[in-house]
Amino acid sequence: MASRPQAATRRPPSGGFNLSLNNPDVRAVIYQIIVVGAVAFGVWYLVSNTMANLETRKIATGFGFLWREAGLPIGEAVIEYHPSDRYLDALTVGLLNTLRVAILGIIFATLLGTFLGIARLSTNWLVAQTARVYVEGIRNLPLLLQLLFWWTLFRDLFPGPKDAVHPLAGVFLSNRGVRIPVLIWESAHTIFLLSVLVGIVATVLVNRWARQRQAATGKQFPMVRAGLGLILGMPLVVFLLLGAPFDLEMPELRGFNFVGGSTLTPEFAALLIGLVMYTAAFIGEIVRSGILAVSHGQTEAALALGLKRGLVLRLVVLPQALRVIVPPTTSQYLNLTKNSSLAVAIGYPDIVSVANTTLNQTGQAIEGIAIIMLVYLSISLSISLFMNWYNKHIALVER
Amino acid sequence: MSDTQSHYTSPTFAGTANGTVMSRNLTDHPAVRWARAKLFNTWLNTVVTLIFAYLIIKMVIGVVTWGVINAVWTVPGTNTQACRALSGSGACWALIHEKFRFIMFGTYPYDEHWRPALVIVIFLALYGLSSMRRLWNRNLIWIWLVGLTLIGILMWGGVFGLNFVEQERWGGLPITLILATFGIALAFPLSIVLALGRRSHMPAVKVICVTYIELIRGVPLISLLFMASVMFPLFLPEGLSIDKLLRAQVAIILFAGAYLSEVIRGGLQAIPKGQYEAADSLGLAFWQKTSFIILPQALRLVIPPLVNTFIGMFKDTSLVLIIGIFDLLNSAKTATNEPAWRGFGLEAYVFVGVIYFLFCFAMSKYSQDLEAELARGHKR
Repeated sequence: MASRPQAATRRPPSGGFNLSLNNPDVRAVIYQIIVVGAVAFGVWYLVSNTMANLETRKIATGFGFLWREAGLPIGEAVIEYHPSDRYLDALTVGLLNTLRVAILGIIFATLLGTFLGIARLSTNWLVAQTARVYVEGIRNLPLLLQLLFWWTLFRDLFPGPKDAVHPLAGVFLSNRGVRIPVLIWESAHTIFLLSVLVGIVATVLVNRWARQRQAATGKQFPMVRAGLGLILGMPLVVFLLLGAPFDLEMPELRGFNFVGGSTLTPEFAALLIGLVMYTAAFIGEIVRSGILAVSHGQTEAALALGLKRGLVLRLVVLPQALRVIVPPTTSQYLNLTKNSSLAVAIGYPDIVSVANTTLNQTGQAIEGIAIIMLVYLSISLSISLFMNWYNKHIALVER
Repeated sequence: MSDTQSHYTSPTFAGTANGTVMSRNLTDHPAVRWARAKLFNTWLNTVVTLIFAYLIIKMVIGVVTWGVINAVWTVPGTNTQACRALSGSGACWALIHEKFRFIMFGTYPYDEHWRPALVIVIFLALYGLSSMRRLWNRNLIWIWLVGLTLIGILMWGGVFGLNFVEQERWGGLPITLILATFGIALAFPLSIVLALGRRSHMPAVKVICVTYIELIRGVPLISLLFMASVMFPLFLPEGLSIDKLLRAQVAIILFAGAYLSEVIRGGLQAIPKGQYEAADSLGLAFWQKTSFIILPQALRLVIPPLVNTFIGMFKDTSLVLIIGIFDLLNSAKTATNEPAWRGFGLEAYVFVGVIYFLFCFAMSKYSQDLEAELARGHKR
């Protein structure tokens, strides 16, 4: 880096480009030609070998297989799927399964991680030590081991459906997974969700207006109460006006299996619990270091200005802590998403698992692995783009 | 928090400072004072403490009941009736008793088990020696070369009257240690090259390095392992083939190289510009500048995050289970495949979990101590 200005001074001052090897710029060009040449040769060598091997082994190429019948049964699917569907549909189901576990995992890991980070800083010795032991223990064990552990626990130690553990009304824990009641969906629920959305949009708009008014006139607006009213209160009123239908479909044991309700399969439950517990330990440490990074003087200064405790946390400590917390948390989200590929070891049909079966059935290894890599690259890219946007949003505005 | 601390460590001082006389009775033991300050200082904390204590005690009782009180330690042969009778209320440690050697050494010939056992000892000795800072010099490289040669001779055999053991029969802890050690050792030079390349001012070099690093970091290790197991054979010319363990090893090296290079880049970025300029003004060439001035300082700065990456890589070697290599985790999983032992997977996982934990915990403790020691040097 620093050699650039020097290179400029070394060059003869009066016109004419020095083409000797003593000129660093000329050497740089030569080095780059050598490196690019070597990489290109390596790639060409591998590609030509691969082409020759595909030829001799009579392996088909191209993505034509995507439109052929898959004949591949998938245990759990978010969308409608039959083994007679195309490979493309099977892969879509796998992708949706990956996204399902990743999104739920990110939400729960953030909640548990924040809790752990705060717990580690608790003045209560027992709470702080419990959190510390948890973090130390989880972080020093391979995730795959933890996944296999949970899966085995669900599969081997939980009883069959007949003697299912029944902790709450309508919840059954058995070796078939966790059976939970589901809401019988009615139009009132759709309207409820829509009004929540309207509430969120209205809150954002009111918040913007309130900020502008405060900046202009100094008058404060009770934003928290207004936001809660718009996002929770208003939809609730709408829901009650619509008669508040709330019927649950309860699972019950009939014969050897459950009828009604919805199941979290042992594979999904094990994967989600494992990913959440593992990632939360890392997020906990990030949250802890983020809070510690805000110097105590900031809190004292805010208190000296007469702000209340809650406001100190919300207006002074958290915004500064978030700046430290967000970038490493982003990479934890990415890790969680990539780690969800371990699902293949316990038989949850995620994208890796489906693509692996596909490449075994079709023999088209290159295409199968290309699909896996493309999917993860695009997920990684989207998460980091979003988090970069968010990070910029909360970054310190400097002169 | 600092207020409370001064209260219970030096009550007399706090008492005079506050201008009040603290009431103290004779039962005011330090432990009681400690508990009051740290566990029961407010009513909310008291409630939280009681809830946590209840849950922890309940959990400990549950684990002890399962793992010690109700546990079955040995069974005659493979007659697991006693274990089955527990139906999950107690651990079947008889599995570990029976399968210990299989979990540790895989399918390595039974009479030769002393060889992988010795390999584990050599690995531990190498790690131990490398952790001593006063041995960090050129001799350490020779110690490692001798150690790794010994490991190779012991595992393969075929010389000095040792029977040849083909790689397919290796398994257990030695595989995990081999994958982790070689993975890190060979990824390290690769990562230095990548990190330097990423900071290079030559655009073509920079683009190649950035593409490689981001591509590898954007995909899960599993996809690379799959690539190693199904695509590498296609890459090689007709007639040439390398065995599965080596292919997985290559995938781990390529993967670890990308992650390590980002850590090293952090160190390179932390070196003040003056160091580069000083080296330039001495007339040092690029490689002299890099290897004598920049890298020694940069690497020293990033030792703690490097060790963290090593821990991650050590844990990640367990992923080779998915492509069917018999590392420690896979041999534990396979140990319960036999009909007699089916259903006792938890015991096997708890056992290998303890082994993984010991290795990782030792590494993280070491990195924390080292961090403190290096920070002390800086504070001077």
